[in-house]
Amino acid sequence: MALEKEYQQQKEKEVDYVKVANSPSFKKFMKDKKKFIVPWTIFFLIFYFLLPILTTYTTFLNTPAIGDISWVWLFAFAQFVMTWVLCMVYVKKANTFDKQADKIIEKIQKGGNDK
Amino acid sequence: MSPTVIILFLAIVLLTLVITYFAAKQTQTAGDFYTAGGGLTGMQNGLAIAGDYLSAASFLGIAGAIALYGFDGFFYSIGFLIAYLVVMFLVAEPLRNLGKYTLADMINSRFDARKVRGAAAFSTVTISTFYMIAQLVGAGALIQLLFGIDYWLAVLIVGVMMTVYVLFGGMTATSWVQIVKAVLLMAGMVIMSFLVLLRFNFNIGQMFTDMKTATSHGAAYLEPGLQYTDSLGTISLMLALVLGTAGLPHILMRFFTVRDAKTARSSVITATWVIGAFYILTLFLGFGAAAFVGESAILQANPAGNMAAPLLAQAIGGDLLFAFISAVAFATILAVVAGLVLSGASALAHDFYGQIIKKGKASEKEQVVAARTASLIVSVLAIVLALFAQYLNVAFLVSLAFCIAASANLPVILYTVYWKRFNTSGAVTAMLSGLISALVLVSISPSVFSPVEGAALFTGEPIFPLDNPALVSVPIGFLGGYLGTILSKEKDLRRYAEVKVKANTGYKASGSSH
Repeated sequence: MALEKEYQQQKEKEVDYVKVANSPSFKKFMKDKKKFIVPWTIFFLIFYFLLPILTTYTTFLNTPAIGDISWVWLFAFAQFVMTWVLCMVYVKKANTFDKQADKIIEKIQKGGNDK
Repeated sequence: MSPTVIILFLAIVLLTLVITYFAAKQTQTAGDFYTAGGGLTGMQNGLAIAGDYLSAASFLGIAGAIALYGFDGFFYSIGFLIAYLVVMFLVAEPLRNLGKYTLADMINSRFDARKVRGAAAFSTVTISTFYMIAQLVGAGALIQLLFGIDYWLAVLIVGVMMTVYVLFGGMTATSWVQIVKAVLLMAGMVIMSFLVLLRFNFNIGQMFTDMKTATSHGAAYLEPGLQYTDSLGTISLMLALVLGTAGLPHILMRFFTVRDAKTARSSVITATWVIGAFYILTLFLGFGAAAFVGESAILQANPAGNMAAPLLAQAIGGDLLFAFISAVAFATILAVVAGLVLSGASALAHDFYGQIIKKGKASEKEQVVAARTASLIVSVLAIVLALFAQYLNVAFLVSLAFCIAASANLPVILYTVYWKRFNTSGAVTAMLSGLISALVLVSISPSVFSPVEGAALFTGEPIFPLDNPALVSVPIGFLGGYLGTILSKEKDLRRYAEVKVKANTGYKASGSSH
């Protein structure tokens, strides 16, 4: 157990993480991730804060939409729908990220050379 | 008290003890104790996260808030749910890839500094303590009401039970109690919602029409503004709810109980579906309680509305459903406090004792003994504090825990994973400025000072206007981390490259060898 740990630590020392981080495939990976995560995070935070902002500064959401159900309830339910939809979108996208990550790990294990 | 209630209670308690017995046999190493050996599946862990999250405050509190305040009660449901998008998009996977047992482990994967670990452990203990007192005070009040026993006895019963789970069964027992409870709770919610909808002939539109005249608030019941009229106060509360979850130690700890980041992801997904469904159902419970139990009966049982859901069960399902829902509420409280004890104990035993005092050189046996001792210390401390905190407002304690989590923990987590320049000084200043500003602002807020005698802890004019200070303290946490970083010259780009590669790819993540 201890030996194995030592061996792993030794092996870990050999990995040049700066080189990995600067490799084109890792850079593309990070760029793809950022392109997905940043806009969607901004989107759901805006969508979320729009609800308390609109309900406390305005009253127009109180107009009826379907029968006696007003827009504010529809907006509240839309928050749930948005969460579930983003959940599914995320899973789908994350699976493609996994593939990219696996390729990078494979390269590190082969000796950290990215060509 | 009817025999049905007693039998159902005993059955659920017995079930949890059986789980603990089997879990105790499997708990031998520190890894078993803190993270169930990292062996939970995504589905199991997702249910356990849902179990951790759907606390008595969620179940009893939100149902009561919707019953009393209509739409404004629903704000909590929305905030608590969207919070999982923050967890999913920004926190869960890097956290799993970098950490081992605790939040401090994750931050220390980038900074080998004892002061950083100490600050992280300190904020974990603070948050867990506030949260635990809130749960125990709520539990005491509930058990007291249900069984007609004294408050101190009620707190003691819950306290001893939770200690037994954690002490003997560790994370395995705690997780399985959570899973069983999450399933029971969802079943109870579905049955109650079905019965409520039955009364409205399964016509949602009709339900809204009826609710316009069902309460003393008239049509205003269905509009926002019954409870939250102040714009900045509402936004501040919503900010604490949405960002706090991603910094709550007992939720973060759950991501170490799975094998890898992929499983962590699938557990957030399961949790998000279960929690979302749950919060939709809180609406039916709240409306049902307002319509079929009535405002005065709810307020009479408990001024905060905490008894709305059990009372509704009695009104629509008779004694049997009442007994079932009460027993599930009891199991809910037990499971959540057990999870909290574990997160507090991990900070004490793993971070303070194992890493800071013993410098990571404690033997496996020493670590397990330390973990159990710390659990006992945390449990006793929480029970004693809860006995003194009987008259504190529970909702205030919970929102304070969320606020500290959002202000002290979240900035550090995000900076550690995403900011190249971030350094040791920044990590310490981020945590301390977030933690201290949240505590100070709350102590001078309307929750603590009220001009009306008896309405808050002290009588007097509040200096700070917001009940929940997140709108100010979260930016202070981020700013503290930023200033602390740029004012110190220290930086380690090589180490950041390593963290970045590991966090994003899962390469050499601890536990992946299991």
